[in-house]
Amino acid sequence: MTDFTLWDIVRNLLLAGRWTVVLSLIAFAGGALVGLVLTLARMGGLKPIRWLIRLYVDLFQGTPLLMQLFLAYFGAAVLGFDVSAWTAASVALTLFTSAFLCDIWRGCVEAVPSGQWQASRVLGLNYLQSMRHVILPQALRLAVPPTVGFSVQVIKGTALASVIGFVELTKAGTMLNNAAFAPFTIFALVALGYFILCYPLSRYARHLEKKLYGAGIR
Amino acid sequence: MALVSVKDLHKSFGELEVLKGIDLEVEAGEVVSIIGRSGSGKSTLLRCLNQLERHDWGTIVLADQRLDGAAMSPGELSQNVGMVFQSFNLFPHKTVVENVMLAPLVVKQTPRGEARRIAESVLAKVGMSEKVDAYPAQLSGGQQQRVAIARALAMNPKVLLCDEVTSALDPELVGEVLRVLEELAREGMTLILVTHEMKFARDVSDRVVFMHQGRIHESGDPQTLFTQPRTPELSQFIASVL
Ligand SMILES: Nc1ncnc2c1ncn2[C@@H]1O[C@H](COP(=O)(O)OP(=O)(O)OP(=O)(O)O)[C@@H](O)[C@H]1O
Ligand SMILES: [Mg+2]
Repeated sequence: MTDFTLWDIVRNLLLAGRWTVVLSLIAFAGGALVGLVLTLARMGGLKPIRWLIRLYVDLFQGTPLLMQLFLAYFGAAVLGFDVSAWTAASVALTLFTSAFLCDIWRGCVEAVPSGQWQASRVLGLNYLQSMRHVILPQALRLAVPPTVGFSVQVIKGTALASVIGFVELTKAGTMLNNAAFAPFTIFALVALGYFILCYPLSRYARHLEKKLYGAGIR
Repeated sequence: MALVSVKDLHKSFGELEVLKGIDLEVEAGEVVSIIGRSGSGKSTLLRCLNQLERHDWGTIVLADQRLDGAAMSPGELSQNVGMVFQSFNLFPHKTVVENVMLAPLVVKQTPRGEARRIAESVLAKVGMSEKVDAYPAQLSGGQQQRVAIARALAMNPKVLLCDEVTSALDPELVGEVLRVLEELAREGMTLILVTHEMKFARDVSDRVVFMHQGRIHESGDPQTLFTQPRTPELSQFIASVL
């Protein structure tokens, strides 16, 4: 067994931490894009489309992310697709994120008081014009704090990608511990890594929320 | 020919029949106040007049043009019928002048400079020239409501509908809004207002309409209507609000 200095551990965790960050960014960017399309389709779309999107949201919200990862990885293999842990983790986390963001954003659009719709309708704006000039700008302001808040869940969610062999912060911690047998130090450092990523975001979300309410928007 | 002509207007919400055949004619320049108990259908009538609600039966003609069904687009409608709400409904993310300019810019495609000029002139009319760059949250209720009136006027409608526009205001702010409406009435604007301000209804309206259970129960010039009600329902209503 080799001797690990603290620096060795930290260096290895930092290297693996990059992939936690990259996977989070992919999941968040992909999830935001898919989520936006779903949100708009859900609000303007036909009944069957709305129903399908709701089913999609319910499915992803009602099952553990771990199962979604298993299905994306092993399920795809069963179906004959050869997917890497990277692809499976990116796809599963993107879909997971999109379902939650779709729900958060729909809530924000609906939270804009109906009087705003009526006022813009009475002024002659059609559906798209009302959306663009009146509803979405207000929904957007409402959406920023919960969206930033949810990004914390995405970051923590990437830890589960370790179970399909994706080497990110958590997986690196497990591997290091297998070699160095210093569980307390190593997992404390892993936890610290997540905290350093998540804490500023949750602080920022809280700050945004305060600012929003302070501005008397609602 | 009346400016607004409503014939046999019916409207139900599910099982509940809220308007049971309304006939109403309003001449250009006339000020008509609608009074009546809560739930008698006053707001629903106004909301049918600008098609925020689709009526089930009957016709609405404005300046010789039918406005019901798909006869008029929202854009055309807004240049015929303006509306001011009890709860102001200003756009909180836009400044006063942006609130007023939005519909001319987007719906009428008025050039920006021209829209700005229109906005400034209607804001002057309601006494809000000082606050063009303020946000709604920075204004008092009375000021917000005056901006809402200006916003409706910017589309130069032929008739302005007002649904209890002073009911959400502190008592000391009611006067400034009523004065603006009075001034509009004097200038010849056609106004149809639902109001609980009986003094205003009596002093400013050409005609008062008393609604009861989805029908126009009584209507006439304000003096006669208030001093010599013909039906017990109106007598009771007057007694309850005075
Ligand atoms: N969108 C709606 N869906 C179902 N019922 C409604 C709707 N809008 C109004 N109603 C009902 O229609 C009836 C008449 O409502 P309306 O708002 O026209 O009354 P109103 O005379 O304006 O009363 P108020 O003085 O309280 O404003 C009420 O019983 C109300 O509950
Ligand atoms: Mg009402």
